[in-house]
Amino acid sequence: MGETRNISVTINGKTYQEEVEVRFHLADFIRQQLGLTGTHLGCEHGVCGACTILLNGESARSCLLLAVQADGQEILTIEGIAPSEDELHPLQEAFRDNHGLQCGFCTPGMLTTLLEFLKDNPDPTEEEVRIAISGNLCRCTGYQGIVAAALDAAERLRNQNVNQIQ
Amino acid sequence: MDGKVLGQRVPRLEDPGLLLGKGRYTDDVRLPGTANAAFVRSPFPHAILKSIDKNAAMDVEGVIAVYDFSDLRPHMTQDKLPVEFPSGVPNAENAGPAILVKDETMYAGECVAIVIAETRHIAEDAAALVFGEWEPLPAAGDCKEALEPDAPSAHRDTNNNLMMEMVQEYGDVDNVFSSAPHTFREEIWQHRGTAHPIECRGAVGRYDPVSDQITLWSSTQMPNLAQSYIIRVLGLHENQVRVITPDVGGGFGPKFLFYSEELVVALAAKLVGRPVKWAEDRREHFLAAVQERDQYWEAEIALSNDGLVLGVRGHVIHDHGAYTAQGITLPYNAASTIPGPYKVPNYRMKQSLVFTNKVPCAPVRGASHPQGTYVMERLMDRAAKELGVDRAELRDRNMIRGTEMPYKKPLKTRAGVNIEYDSGDFPKAMKMALDGCDYYGFKDRQRNSRADGRFSGIGLSLGVKGTGRGPFEMATVRIGPSGKISVYTGAAPMGQSTRTMMAQVVAEHLGGDMQNVEVVAGDTQPIPMGMGGFGSRQAITAGSSAHIAAKEVRKKALKVAAHMLETSEEDLEIRGIEIFVRGTDMKVSLGQVANAVAGTPGYALPGGVEPGMESTQRFLTDPLAYCYSAHCCEVEVDPETGGVEFKRYVIVHDSGNLMNPMIVEGQIQGGAAHGVGNALFEWMAYDKEAQPLTTNFGEYLLPTAPEMPGFDVSFLESPSPLNPLGVKGVGEGSTVPVAAAVCSAIENALEPFGVHISEAPITPQRIVELIASANPV
Repeated sequence: MGETRNISVTINGKTYQEEVEVRFHLADFIRQQLGLTGTHLGCEHGVCGACTILLNGESARSCLLLAVQADGQEILTIEGIAPSEDELHPLQEAFRDNHGLQCGFCTPGMLTTLLEFLKDNPDPTEEEVRIAISGNLCRCTGYQGIVAAALDAAERLRNQNVNQIQ
Repeated sequence: MDGKVLGQRVPRLEDPGLLLGKGRYTDDVRLPGTANAAFVRSPFPHAILKSIDKNAAMDVEGVIAVYDFSDLRPHMTQDKLPVEFPSGVPNAENAGPAILVKDETMYAGECVAIVIAETRHIAEDAAALVFGEWEPLPAAGDCKEALEPDAPSAHRDTNNNLMMEMVQEYGDVDNVFSSAPHTFREEIWQHRGTAHPIECRGAVGRYDPVSDQITLWSSTQMPNLAQSYIIRVLGLHENQVRVITPDVGGGFGPKFLFYSEELVVALAAKLVGRPVKWAEDRREHFLAAVQERDQYWEAEIALSNDGLVLGVRGHVIHDHGAYTAQGITLPYNAASTIPGPYKVPNYRMKQSLVFTNKVPCAPVRGASHPQGTYVMERLMDRAAKELGVDRAELRDRNMIRGTEMPYKKPLKTRAGVNIEYDSGDFPKAMKMALDGCDYYGFKDRQRNSRADGRFSGIGLSLGVKGTGRGPFEMATVRIGPSGKISVYTGAAPMGQSTRTMMAQVVAEHLGGDMQNVEVVAGDTQPIPMGMGGFGSRQAITAGSSAHIAAKEVRKKALKVAAHMLETSEEDLEIRGIEIFVRGTDMKVSLGQVANAVAGTPGYALPGGVEPGMESTQRFLTDPLAYCYSAHCCEVEVDPETGGVEFKRYVIVHDSGNLMNPMIVEGQIQGGAAHGVGNALFEWMAYDKEAQPLTTNFGEYLLPTAPEMPGFDVSFLESPSPLNPLGVKGVGEGSTVPVAAAVCSAIENALEPFGVHISEAPITPQRIVELIASANPV
């Protein structure tokens, strides 16, 4: 083992105290050391976006961050999006209903990216959605199902908020 | 199709797990004690490996083993990988890719050695310390230049890069050309790229000394073939090798090959006595996953004064790459695709397959059908322009009519089967696409946009693709005593919703509850035979087998239930997981009928049936089912930047009956997106010496969401008479006509500049260059 540091990271609400090699990038740490394999690596040079996680609520490439940089931070991965074991988040439901995924490999990055985007922009246009996911590559869908899912999810989330307010 | 679940937009079985992060791809397979591998790759496109020094690598703490060719050869029966589809390949026994470089490397990125270490990081560190003593040789780069008399040889033991020549022909083409009133000639170049599934390749090997069995988890489109290759190269018994395909993050062709990395990982796991994992990184994928589409064409078309095609002839120089990874499929497909939807009474296409010092070429989504279609459609546009006939009109005059189906072409597939279009209506599909794009109203729009200083153009194309490559894909349907239905298939899921498709087919006959159906695929242990996912084939082959098997099981279940309920089979219906006497609440469960034929010691089976509530079927099919896709698109081109923006993109597609319209639409959209990449962006660059230049996603551009049009997809449904479901494949058909349609539109947009397009991809830089060269200052 090379040089290590002790870090404390909260992922999906659970805090991990871990000794990690300083050269591990965050994705390797999440996948290999913690076994949260829902976050995927498609290029390891920051272009494909499959490894996108939310770091303190903001989307970030976990292949371009070192694990030690996450010390003391809060992270959300795909495993933490659903509200419970047997329930999908409205964004996940919209992906299912609009065929927003085929092989599923880009999906973790798409979901995290859109989760942040829809929070900032609850009523986006199609063009805004396309720009929002322009840093995420998908080779299966031609993006059409993903864009439809994002627009549908926006509506579901708006309705959910209205219901909560009422 | 209008079934309970078949033909319906039912949600996919795959989705909940994938959306919750519970997918399990090859790199997610985590076995205790796993060691990690990195490959040492050749830095040269062509060189002699004089010696290899592994000492420094072996000295790195945490390194377990370093193996080169000489270390592995004693454990193997042959030096090279078997050639997939070897028929027609000269010297096929020795034409396959090297397993590890023995003494001569043929392309940059070729595997030279494997380093196995405690972590991937250490393995990569050590791989950089494996020193090869290389003597670089001149390399064959461009496939056209490689045919020149003084060109460097791609392989040092030959002085000629021409691997072989083939000709497809019928009629008396030269005679027609000598007398035709109009002939036009085009020179066309199409360039290499690769599929780039977002999941790269990967393999995990494990050896169990107790059972003396190797298990390989691999991100492959062909688990059963991979198993057979491991057995062959390692000289093992069928029971000693199991290949498992977990979730696959996209395939699109290049994973329908057995690669040296898979073999070496499997063998290394046995040699080191620990599980070994290799997860390919993107750079490796650029260097070593197969590519295609480099072809130089000279093509001529002859027409009558009425604009009827009299003949087409030409020659294609096809980049075969360094080795024969997979037969002669690509140039063969390209040449047999050219006549496409048209009546071409006389035809000859010569194909020269050329070795280069580049990654071997093998099918990427479309398998050279896009190139053939591109050539024919460029000829059509050229002829229309020269003859002063509208592009759509000229095509329509020459198209095979719907009333002429089935239509036999005087050509055969590479497997020797007649090319016979089984059903469809090309002119109708094309007209629907044109109407969808308001083709005939476009001239006004174009005039207006030009008046605003914008350059808009419209393009069209129709592509035909043979699907459902046989001879079969097996399926077993079984109801267990639990009442659950299992489906086992040799089909290989890689993102196309194969499990959902198979569950729909089976549930349709067995109660309609898809949640009660589990589809087991991608594991050679329970599934002894399988060819896997390629050639848009699995709905036809595996789907039909499952359909027939499910009907057999249904018949048997009803017979046993009738016996148990003391009624006749005609009075029974299956609802959910139970069989009811129609109009009553008398019932037995699927589990009870399965249990009844599972056997009770000493007692006769009810109804005199065979044991087991199951059926295994291998639906046989040799002829291909031809799907087709009519495309019309409107673009706007910025002559300053070369940027191309889609205004509309209309697709009318016919793949026969639709088993799940949602899934088919997804395949059509995704396939067309791949075509857009080939038309506008994807450029695998090499220097003159065949050294790869684009090895990351900053240099090689995949289409992203903002550039993509929203495809307006609609369907014709001409059932195929060739299979019981009446379906045709959908995976590749919509990729085929895209480059042709897009370049037709760009050329139309740039008409005021006199730009002629005869290449793909057509990048923004090239558009600017073409405008400049057509309009010298």
